[in-house]
Amino acid sequence: MLARAAASAALIVTLAASDGAAAQTANQPPDTMAARVEACTPCHGNKGEGTSDVYFPRLAGKPAGYLYNQLLAFRSGRRKYPPMNYLLEFLPDPYLEAMAEYFASEHPPLPQPAPSEVSKDVLAQGELLATSGDANRNIPACVSCHGPGLTGMQPGIPGLLGLRAAYVSAQLGAWRYGTRTAKSPDCMQLVAGHLTEADVTAVAAWLATRPAPANPAPVPKGTYALPFGCGSQPN
Amino acid sequence: MGFKLSITLLALAAFTTVAQAQDKTSDIIARGEYLARAGDCTACHTAAEGRLFAGARPMPTPFGTIYTSNITPDPETGIGKWSADDFYRTMHNGRFPDGGLIYPAMPFASYTKVTRADSDAIFAYLRSIPPVNQKNKPHELRFPYDNRQLILGWRTLFFSEGEFKPDPTKSAEWNRGAYLVEGLGHCGMCHSPINALGGTSQSDAFKGGLIPMQNWYAPSLTSNREAGLGDWSIKDITDLLQTGVSARGVVYGPMAEVVHNSLQYLDDADTKAMAVYLKGIAEASSPPPASSALPNTESSLLISLGKTVYDKNCASCHGTQGEGKPPHWPPLANNQSIEMQSAVNPIRMVLNGGYPPGTKGNPMPYGMPPFAGLLSDNEVAAVVSYIRTAWGNRGTPVSAREANELRSAPLN
Ligand code: HEC
Ligand code: HEC
Ligand code: HEC
Ligand code: HEC
Ligand code: HEC
Repeated sequence: MLARAAASAALIVTLAASDGAAAQTANQPPDTMAARVEACTPCHGNKGEGTSDVYFPRLAGKPAGYLYNQLLAFRSGRRKYPPMNYLLEFLPDPYLEAMAEYFASEHPPLPQPAPSEVSKDVLAQGELLATSGDANRNIPACVSCHGPGLTGMQPGIPGLLGLRAAYVSAQLGAWRYGTRTAKSPDCMQLVAGHLTEADVTAVAAWLATRPAPANPAPVPKGTYALPFGCGSQPN
Repeated sequence: MGFKLSITLLALAAFTTVAQAQDKTSDIIARGEYLARAGDCTACHTAAEGRLFAGARPMPTPFGTIYTSNITPDPETGIGKWSADDFYRTMHNGRFPDGGLIYPAMPFASYTKVTRADSDAIFAYLRSIPPVNQKNKPHELRFPYDNRQLILGWRTLFFSEGEFKPDPTKSAEWNRGAYLVEGLGHCGMCHSPINALGGTSQSDAFKGGLIPMQNWYAPSLTSNREAGLGDWSIKDITDLLQTGVSARGVVYGPMAEVVHNSLQYLDDADTKAMAVYLKGIAEASSPPPASSALPNTESSLLISLGKTVYDKNCASCHGTQGEGKPPHWPPLANNQSIEMQSAVNPIRMVLNGGYPPGTKGNPMPYGMPPFAGLLSDNEVAAVVSYIRTAWGNRGTPVSAREANELRSAPLN
């Protein structure tokens, strides 16, 4: 009881001391996006560069439109990861947009490519799929949408660099099993639907070995035409 | 000349009455929309990414999943064929137009207090929205709860029909607040001990309870040891209800939903009326002697580990003395919501983190990271024990087992 009274007395003194404009701002969290996304950074890194957990994706530098689409999908529960679904549930659209812009405009360096655990043959198969696709099996080249440099295109197509193999194969798996969907027509679902388990392993492994390009920024909207329509990439 | 003028005048007169009538209807519809927000009809009857008021939002209960109904004016699948009388009967008495019984997941036990005029306004609003042709999703209730006759038993125990009766000894403002809290606000649906039948009894109204299936504790609104607001200023209460954050604490979990979907839309006068009423019903109660299940030596070890965890992970936002940076980084010293007998909420807060709701008054809230992946059960128990007992707080230590059990609590 006494301790409690002492604590509240201390609080009153602190409050009284903070009378004045400068002190008042000092008594508030910084009015920045960086402070507002501190709930995200233990998993995604301070600048969205990713963390040591191989399933936690890098966010930095991806197109803002793409990141925003993901935040909308997590908020509604269409894309599932309960800890994030919970955090975003009651946040309004303009705020999610601001978060997306924030991470899109951060440019920490891409990580060093990790040494690969798969064989040369598997890597070669991955490279073939990514750069040429497989016309016989209706698989378009990944680069036909994700860009010749795999850096993505504004506003809705993400780059595929700086992601770990485990994350990429989990996402392709999620599309194959229908637990991740994008705006219709969901072109990634068509692509992933044609991939076998072995294809996924190969292409994910090859992507993870790619070194950082000189300019990792997504190319402007309309730089190249997509092989078929994607709901996330308005014409 | 004279003739022509009188015709013009007549036409004008006719025109003004039509305009007035339209004006009145649009006033009623606007009022209905406001009241539908106050009653949270809007969010409960709209599914994620679904059409407005088309229903199909799942509500998990201990008896199975109930889906909310389509209440758009579609004649086949909505309530397009209902009359205002039918609608009032549903709100007031929990029955369908054919007399069938409605599950109490639809909070008619509170809505029974709503006046006929307010019910009519909500109905007028619902008639004005676009109809959606979408069949109601059948409930997925286990035997025997799929039998609606069982609702009769619940009604006998927990339902008393009757519009709100103002208390003449209290101010108009207090009565307005009481009407909103007890009626449309259906606050008692969560803030009451919930018995096995999912009912709340009148005498226990606003005494607090664990919400089944969600594993959140809705604190008592009458005890100052819990969420009773007796020693809060009116401004702190209206801030909390309207913006989700205040100098005394913040809302989270299911209460964030209430503020986000409903309370943020109430005007200043109604919010203040609710605050006056809530402050009024809180009764100071003498603190029960602190009792902990943990032996003393064990809890003092836990608490010293807790301080280490706190200084490293929490103090940057909540301050070394638990003073926070209110309202955005809430104070933990002298914060009722972490000192309550039930430690469910602070444990979950640490495991899951959270953002207060984004509201008109606080559109870009600050957030707290989830610590489930960063701290062990023992560390969670330690830091929660620490914040419940440091700085003069009067809570009790918690065990690693309690922390562990809440790791599997549902997140939505
Ligand atoms: C507990 C760890 C955790 C926290 C906290 C967290 N995230 Fe995530 N985030 C993840 C994981 C894991 C995924 C990948 C989920 C999946 O498998 O689909 C992800 C995915 C994302 C994506 C999609 C990335 C992509 O390339 O598709 C975005 C955007 C994102 N998070 C933003 C945020 C923001 C903003 C916050 C804070 C409000 C946040 N996250 C908080 C773990 C977290
Ligand atoms: C027809 C165009 C198209 C093709 C071809 C394509 N993608 Fe995509 N991809 C997209 C779009 C659009 C998205 C963003 C979807 C969204 O909004 O969620 C995407 C997203 C992804 C993501 C999610 C990235 C993240 O950060 O979560 C991965 C992984 C991916 N694609 C891998 C591939 C691979 C591997 C291939 C080749 C086998 C491929 N894509 C071919 C259009 C395409
Ligand atoms: C907590 C969630 C919840 C809230 C809030 C809620 N309802 Fe309901 N409502 C339900 C559920 C669940 C049902 C279905 C009950 C049943 O099938 O017995 C329902 C049924 C109804 C029905 C019957 C329609 C039909 O044909 O099945 C009407 C009318 C209705 N609600 C109107 C309202 C209005 C008006 C409000 C606001 C004042 C409201 N509800 C608020 C959950 C809710
Ligand atoms: C990045 C800043 C930040 C950090 C670090 C942080 N919190 Fe929080 N905390 C917040 C915010 C913001 C809220 C309000 C969240 C909400 O409403 O969902 C909050 C809410 C709380 C609450 C509920 C307060 C109330 O009014 O009911 C508790 C308890 C809490 N935090 C404990 C902790 C503990 C213990 C730690 C360390 C393990 C911690 N926090 C770390 C920012 C932070
Ligand atoms: C869906 C269930 C639900 C409903 C409906 C609900 N509450 Fe709550 N309320 C909770 C839970 C759970 C908490 C504990 C979490 C928290 O403190 O935010 C809570 C906390 C509170 C607090 C304490 C906040 C603090 O910081 O100490 C107040 C005050 C409150 N509710 C008032 C109301 C009022 C008034 C209404 C009706 C308009 C209402 N609640 C309706 C679930 C609910």
